[in-house]
Amino acid sequence: MGFEPKILSFLCNWCAYAGADLAGVSRFQYPPNTRVIRVMCSGRVDPAFIPKAFLAGYDAVTVLGCHPGDCHYLTGNVQAQQKMDLTHKLLAMVQIEPERLLLDWVSAGEGERFSRVIREFVEKIRNLGPFPLDQEMKRKLQAIEASLEGEKIRWMVGKGYELIEKENVYGERLSREKLDKLIEETVRNELIKNRIIGVVESQHLSAKEISHALNLELKETLSHLSLLVVEGKIGFDPSEEGKVPKYIRK
Amino acid sequence: MADKVGDKVGAVMVVGGGVAGIQASLDLAESGYYVYLVESSPAIGGVMAQLDKTFPTNDCSMCILSPKLVECGRHLNIKLLTLSEVADVSGTQGNFQVRVVQHPRYVDVNKCIACGLCAEKCPAKVDNGYEEGLSKRKAIYIKYAQAVPLKYAIDPAHCIYLTKGKCRACEKLCTAKAINFEDKEQESIINVGSIILSPGFDEFDPSRLVAYGYGRYPNVISSIQFERILNASGPFQGTLLRPSDQQAPKKVAWIQCAGSRDMTGNSGNAFCGNEYCSSVCCMYAIKEAVIAKEHAHHVEPTIFYMDIRAHGKDFDAYYERAKTEHGIRFIRSMVSRVAERPKTKDLVISYVDSEGKIKEEEFNLVVLSVGLTPSKEAKELAQRIGIQLDPYGFCKTNEFAPLDTTRPGIYVCGAFQGPKDIPETVVQASGAVASASALLADVSGSLTKKKDYPPELDLRNQEPRIGVFVCHCGINIGATVNVPEVKEYAKTLDGVVFAEENIYTCSQDAQEKIKKAIQENHLNRIVVASCTPRTHEPMFQETIREVGLNKYVFEMANIRDQCSWVHMHQPKEATEKAKDLLRMVVAKSRLLQPLEEPRVEVIKKGLVIGGGLTGMRAALKLADQGFDCALVEREAELGGNLRHIYHTLEGNDPQELLRKMTYQVMSHPRIQVFTKATLKNLSGYIGNFKSVISTEAGEKEFEHGVVIVAVGAKEKTPVEYLYGQDSRVITQTELEEKISRHAEEFKRYPHIAMIQCVGSRTPERPNCSRICCSVAVKNALKIKEKNPGAKVTILYRDIRTYGLAERYYTEARKQGIEFIQYELDSKPDLKIEGGRLQLKVKDRIIGEEVILQPDLVALASAIIPYENEALAKMLKVPLTADGFFLEAHMKLRPVDFATDGIFLAGLAHFPKNISESLSQADAAVARATASVAKGYVSVLPTISEVDQTVCVGCGLCEELCPFSAIRVVETEKGRKAETIAASCKGCGVCASSCPQKAITVHHFSDGQLIAQIEALNLVKEKEAA
Repeated sequence: MGFEPKILSFLCNWCAYAGADLAGVSRFQYPPNTRVIRVMCSGRVDPAFIPKAFLAGYDAVTVLGCHPGDCHYLTGNVQAQQKMDLTHKLLAMVQIEPERLLLDWVSAGEGERFSRVIREFVEKIRNLGPFPLDQEMKRKLQAIEASLEGEKIRWMVGKGYELIEKENVYGERLSREKLDKLIEETVRNELIKNRIIGVVESQHLSAKEISHALNLELKETLSHLSLLVVEGKIGFDPSEEGKVPKYIRK
Repeated sequence: MADKVGDKVGAVMVVGGGVAGIQASLDLAESGYYVYLVESSPAIGGVMAQLDKTFPTNDCSMCILSPKLVECGRHLNIKLLTLSEVADVSGTQGNFQVRVVQHPRYVDVNKCIACGLCAEKCPAKVDNGYEEGLSKRKAIYIKYAQAVPLKYAIDPAHCIYLTKGKCRACEKLCTAKAINFEDKEQESIINVGSIILSPGFDEFDPSRLVAYGYGRYPNVISSIQFERILNASGPFQGTLLRPSDQQAPKKVAWIQCAGSRDMTGNSGNAFCGNEYCSSVCCMYAIKEAVIAKEHAHHVEPTIFYMDIRAHGKDFDAYYERAKTEHGIRFIRSMVSRVAERPKTKDLVISYVDSEGKIKEEEFNLVVLSVGLTPSKEAKELAQRIGIQLDPYGFCKTNEFAPLDTTRPGIYVCGAFQGPKDIPETVVQASGAVASASALLADVSGSLTKKKDYPPELDLRNQEPRIGVFVCHCGINIGATVNVPEVKEYAKTLDGVVFAEENIYTCSQDAQEKIKKAIQENHLNRIVVASCTPRTHEPMFQETIREVGLNKYVFEMANIRDQCSWVHMHQPKEATEKAKDLLRMVVAKSRLLQPLEEPRVEVIKKGLVIGGGLTGMRAALKLADQGFDCALVEREAELGGNLRHIYHTLEGNDPQELLRKMTYQVMSHPRIQVFTKATLKNLSGYIGNFKSVISTEAGEKEFEHGVVIVAVGAKEKTPVEYLYGQDSRVITQTELEEKISRHAEEFKRYPHIAMIQCVGSRTPERPNCSRICCSVAVKNALKIKEKNPGAKVTILYRDIRTYGLAERYYTEARKQGIEFIQYELDSKPDLKIEGGRLQLKVKDRIIGEEVILQPDLVALASAIIPYENEALAKMLKVPLTADGFFLEAHMKLRPVDFATDGIFLAGLAHFPKNISESLSQADAAVARATASVAKGYVSVLPTISEVDQTVCVGCGLCEELCPFSAIRVVETEKGRKAETIAASCKGCGVCASSCPQKAITVHHFSDGQLIAQIEALNLVKEKEAA
C-alpha cells in the first residue's frame, strides 16, 4: 500500500466545520486522512501550533476558516491569513515544503467544496511523501516554534496589516514590498537565533562549529551570537576559559 | 389564572417562519415572552433558506441564517408549530385566543434522527419545491439539509401508502421507529397577548407572462431557480448549467420587472403583472450576474431593465462594480417577447432599446427576475382573522404606524407589509417586537420557562473520571465504523473509567442511561462520540447538568458527519479515524474545567443620541417599556429633518406628527431632554455605560445600559447648477417649504424643472440617496395639485420610486409630469441666457438636445452624513467609506453594532423615509431592550482571560479585537490588558496573537488544544514503521 499521510485539520466552528458536516449530510466522500480539531475561529490557531503538529508526527496541516468577509468574528480569518502567511515563510526558510500547511476557506454551504479541498490536499501530500521528521528536522521545527512564540514575530504578525493600512506617528506609510522585506528579514533573524539556541542546547560549540552546523557565514553567525549573549539567552562555557570560546544555553 | 397579570398574557404568536418570523421570535423570547412560532411548512427558514448569496456583501445566505434557525429551534421559550395554520383569532389585544390547526407529519419528531434511510428507500419521487422543481425529492423528506426542526415529514399528497394504501417501506426501514401513519390533524386554542404576522410573499408566477415563454421553454427560468442553480447544495452542485441539456450557458440574460411595474395588471387581466415595484429584483439580478461570473468566467451576463433600482446601503457601489469590474452588460429597454430556437433551445429576446429602436439578441439562458406578490396564504389568513389589506393584497398599514395592522394588538413585518429586502424585513421584525413588548411590558417574564438544575458538583482536586458514550446512530455510524471496537479502545485511554455503546445516544432513554452512568461511576468528564456538536452538544450538556455536572466538562467526537458518512467504503480506515478522533477529544477532556457563567447586572436606562424623528421615536418606545432615558440633541429644538417636511406621498401631515411627538417627548416623565447638547464622553460596556453630556448649563453624567445612535444626516449644500448664485435654483427641501408656505408664488412659475442625483451616484459619492426620487414625485404632484396648469419636468438617471411608491410615479406620468432620462456622462447644463434660466439636456429617445426654459429649478441634493468620526471613535464603532455608521451585519443585524449594547437607527445608518425611520427606531429599541431585558447580561464563559502577571500592557490585543472586548487599563502594577467579559465573543484572536502569551481562551486553551495536537502516537507509529 502506498503512503497514507496523517493530516491535522483545524476547522472553524461556523464555516469550515459546518461545511464538513454538510459534506457528511450530503455523503460527499473524501479520504480518511484528516484528524479534526474544532476551534471557534481560524484566528484562534496559534501559528506555533503548526510546528507542534509536525513535531507530533503529522505530515501536513490544514487551517480552514470562513471566506473573507464572512468571518463570524468579523476579522478573525484575516488574522489567520497573516499568521499562516508568516508560518509559510518560516517553513520555506528551513526547506520544509510550505504546501504542507494549507490555509483555505470553506463556507457552511460548501459541503462539496470541503470534500474536494480535502481530497486534493491529501493527494498533494501523498505525492510529497512523509514528513521527514529526523533529529535535525526536529531541531528546525523547535526553532520555528520558538520564533513563532517569540515576542518580535508575534508583534509583526499582529501589526503587519495595520502598518500598511495606517500611517505611523511620523506620517509614513509602508508599502507592501517594503513590509514584506522587513518581515522577511526579521523572521530570518529570529529563526537563526532560535536555531543557534537549539544547537547549543545539548552541546557546547564554537562560533565556527555553529556556523558550520547552520550553514551560515561566520560573520553573520558572530553577529547573532553577540546579540544572543547580550540578550542573555546564551553564554560562554566557563570550563573552556582561555581557549576558543564555546557557547552554551543559559 | 396565576400566570396572568390583569388579563394580559405574556406570550406572543408569530405567524410565518421565514427570516422575519425567526427574528421576531428570537427578539420576543429574549425580551421575556413565550413565543409560539407558527409555520405552514415542515421547517422554518422561508425564502432566505433558498437563496445562494446575499447582496451587497455576497454572504452565503444559509451560513448566516443557519445559526438563527438553530437558536430558534432550541430556544426554551420558543415553541415551533410546523405544518400549522392559524384558523381564527378571538379576543382583543393583550388577550387573544388563537385556534391553530396542525397537520399530521406522520413522523414522530421525538424519535426521528434524520438519518435519511427512509427517503433513500421511498419509492415515490416528487418535484422538489425547495429546489424549485429542478430536482426530485421523495414523498418522505426534509425540506433542506439544514432544516429546523431536522425531522422528516411525509407529504400525504404523494405518499404511496397514504394515497393508494400500500407500501409502508419507510416504516419497515426506520430503525428509530419514528414513522406514524396514524398521525392525525390536531387543533388547539392558544392564549397570547399579541400576534405578529410575518407570512412573507409568493414569487410572482412567471407563466402568467405568456410572451416570455416560461413553462414552455426549458431555458427560461425564474430568478429563484437560478439561485438554486448557483447554490453548492443545489440541483447541479453549484455548477452553472442550463436545464435543457445541462450544458454550461455562455450568454445569460436577465429580464427585470417580470410581473412588476406592469400597468396591464390594472385591466383585470389575469395574465399580467403588478403595478408596484418589487424593490429587490434589480439587486438580486445584479448579484446573480456577479456570482454567475464568479462561478464561470466565460459567462456573459446581460441585464435588460427599465430603471436600475439600487437604492439601499452600498447598493450603487455594487452596481458600479458589476459594470466596471465584472463586465456585466446593462441594457435599458422594454422586452417584448422571448422566442425559442427549437433545435438549440437557445432564446431570442426582442426588445425596444432606450433610443426607441427595435432589436433582437440571442441567449443560451434567460432568467426572469420575478417580483414579490402578497402570499395567497396570507391573504386568506387576513380574511380569517379580520385584518384589512391594501388594494394590492398587502397588509394595510399607515405611513406613520407602519407595523400596525388594522386590528389592535396584531402587528405585521416583512414582505407581507410591502415588497422589501432582507435587512428591511429584519428591521421590521424587531420593530414589531417593540410594539408587542410595549403592549405587554407589565407581563413580561410571566410565562417564560426557566429550568432548574441541581447544585453543581465540586470537581476541584478531582482526578478526571471520564465516561465515553459511543453511538451507533442506528446504522449511520455502525454500518461503517466498528462501534464495539471503538468502545473497547476508549476503555484503554488514560482517565477513561467507563465506556458504553448506544443505538441512539441522543434518544430519551439514552439520556437516562448517561445520567445513571454518571452517578454510579462518579464520572466527572463526559465524551460522546456520535454526530456533530453543532446540533447536539447543547442537548447533551443539558443532560449532564441535570445530574450536577457543569456543562463545560463535556466534549464530542464527530464520528458520523465527519467520519462514517464521508468514508462509507472504507470501514477499516473509518474505524481508525473514529478512534483517533475519540482519543483527541479524550485528551482534551482530561483538561476540561468547569466554567461559571457569571452575570453582570445592568442598568435599565437608555441614552439616545439625536433628537430627530428617529431619536424621539426611540426615546418614546424605550420609555414605554419602562426605561428612563436621556435624549441628546445638538440643536436648540427637537425634530431634525422632520421640521422641514410638510407633506408625504401618501398625504399624511408630518408637521402634525412632529408636534405630537415633540409634545409626548417633552412631557414624558421618563425622558430627560438635553438640547444644544453633545455627548462628550462614553465609557463602560453593555449594561453599564457612563456618559458625560455637555450642555450649555454644564456637564451632566448619566449612567445607562444601552445606547441608540440616531444622529441623522443632512441635505448636502449643492455646489453645482448655479445654486447659491441664482435665487431661482433651490433644493428640494427649499422647494417643499415654498410649496407649503408660499403656494401663491407658484403662479409665477409656470415651468418647474427638477434635477435628480445632484451629488449622489457620482465617483466621489457613489451611493444613491434613496428618497430623492420619491421626494421629487411628491413635490411634483403637490405643485400640480396647487397649480394644475404648471409644467413640471424631472431630469433623472433612474427613477427609484421603489416598492409601493411606484404608483405615485405612475400617477405623476398620468398627470403629464415630464420625465427626461440623462446619463452621468451627459449631465444637464444650466445657464442664464438673457436673464432666463436655460436648461439643456440630451433626450435619448429623440436623440437630440432639448432646451428648457424653466422658471424654477429644484435640485435633489445628496443626503450626506454629519461629521461622525469623533462620535464613532468615542463609541468604538465603525463608519462606512461614505461616513454613515456601519452596522454589525448588513443583512441580519441591521440595527446592531458589533459592540454589544450600542444600536443604530435612522438616517445615521443610511437615507430613508419616515416609515422606514420609524420602523428602524422601533427595531433598535427592541434589540436594545432585549439585550438587557433579563436585568443582567450572561457572560459567555468560553472567553479570553489575561494573566496580568505576564501582560506588559502593549495593547496589541486591544487593537486586534474585533469587538472592543479587551482593553488596557491602569492597574497598581502598571498598564495591563483586561477582557471585558460582557463583550467578549471568544474567538481567541487575542490569545493566538499575544506577544507575551499572557492570554488564555477558556475551553479552547493552549493546553487543551496542544493536548489534542499531541494526542496521537504518530511519531512512535512512524518510528515503528
